[in-house]
Amino acid sequence: MSTPVAAGGILIEARDVRKSFGQTPALRGASVAVGRGEILAIMGPSGSGKSTLLHCLAGIYAPDGGEVWFDGCRMDTLDEAARTKLRRTAFGFVFQFGQLVPELTAADNVAMPLLLNRVRRRTAYQTADTWLEKLGIGDKGGRRTGELSGGEAQRVAIARALALGPKLIFADEPTGSLDSLTGEKVMDLLVSLAREQDTTVVIVTHDARVAAYADRVVMVRDGLVSFDLGPESSAPKHAAKAAN
Amino acid sequence: MSVPLTLLGLLEREPSYGYDLKRDYDEYFGRGKQLPFGQVYATLGRLARDGRVEPGEAEPGDGPDRKRYAITSLGRAEVDLWLAEPVEPEPHLQTVLFSKVTLALMLGKPAEAYLDRQRAAHLVRMRDLTELKRTGPLVDVMLADHALFHLEADLRWIDLTSARLTELAAAVNNQKEQP
Repeated sequence: MSTPVAAGGILIEARDVRKSFGQTPALRGASVAVGRGEILAIMGPSGSGKSTLLHCLAGIYAPDGGEVWFDGCRMDTLDEAARTKLRRTAFGFVFQFGQLVPELTAADNVAMPLLLNRVRRRTAYQTADTWLEKLGIGDKGGRRTGELSGGEAQRVAIARALALGPKLIFADEPTGSLDSLTGEKVMDLLVSLAREQDTTVVIVTHDARVAAYADRVVMVRDGLVSFDLGPESSAPKHAAKAAN
Repeated sequence: MSVPLTLLGLLEREPSYGYDLKRDYDEYFGRGKQLPFGQVYATLGRLARDGRVEPGEAEPGDGPDRKRYAITSLGRAEVDLWLAEPVEPEPHLQTVLFSKVTLALMLGKPAEAYLDRQRAAHLVRMRDLTELKRTGPLVDVMLADHALFHLEADLRWIDLTSARLTELAAAVNNQKEQP
């Protein structure tokens, strides 16, 4: 299924991606293209393959078949070391749980990916402070993330994802553990700051209120992208129709 | 809930008498609220006048003469259009959606595609409301919240119904085969 993308061209694309876990197919030929600066929401029921698609796009899983292209280069054929480097330098991640080190402070957590990329310590911590400030938690830099509320921790995660200046942020159920109001504030910050930085965002969510922040929504069903709602359209494009 | 379009949809299955239409309407769509005979015949009269149905010859029976109504190509096209068009995304539209899905399954039409169009209409509305929330004053934010929560509930129903379509089709068609 070909997909419409933003005017700036395609940043990342899955082409006919297949992935199975044992005998169970999770993706059966999923295709999606994400434009530069676009905010894309991937929705779908539990077990539909939406998180697997995100993991394949992010190079966390190597697909069994099909291709993944990032910024004009084929990604699925890279070895694990090259994919890890790409994840560390070009991608940011915001997940529902477990991405922060609870024993470290908020500033440590945000500075860590910068330090891993050989940014000087002083610069890394200055950048961390700037981003924590932008996320409205400038006063929490010295607190251990394990002591922060869910909303504060998620803001730290967003600061960490953005601090490196990634081309692309992957967010998997970024508000899944938050109450409605906090989730809304977190989404608002993620979307506003990503737009400000011209960063592309791919969000996996089952929550239509989260998807409503996106420029485009695709739906994964039974391992296929079956529905694509562009920024302007009021009617979705269907894989079945596109194939005919 | 559009009674004329629902009756037209029922007629698309097969030509029927007013009595049979009322029975099927009450069974599938009435949900405890029966359709009066008077409304059935008045609706059929209007549909015949507008060329949507064609009444057959009056057939003598035990009671008053009765007519069998058949849908015309104009009526069929109207049903198709109605099923395919998403309902205006407003809260509490489940009765219309429910009727559309049930009829679509009964007629072997693409219920999933109709649900997707409805989902798209809902998501577009939710996107507009979310933008309003991001830029509008608090009063607008609160009003948008109310609409968003209701639209979200509709979407959950759409998702669940999509997941149950095979089961629902079997239920609707089994029921149809029963006398």
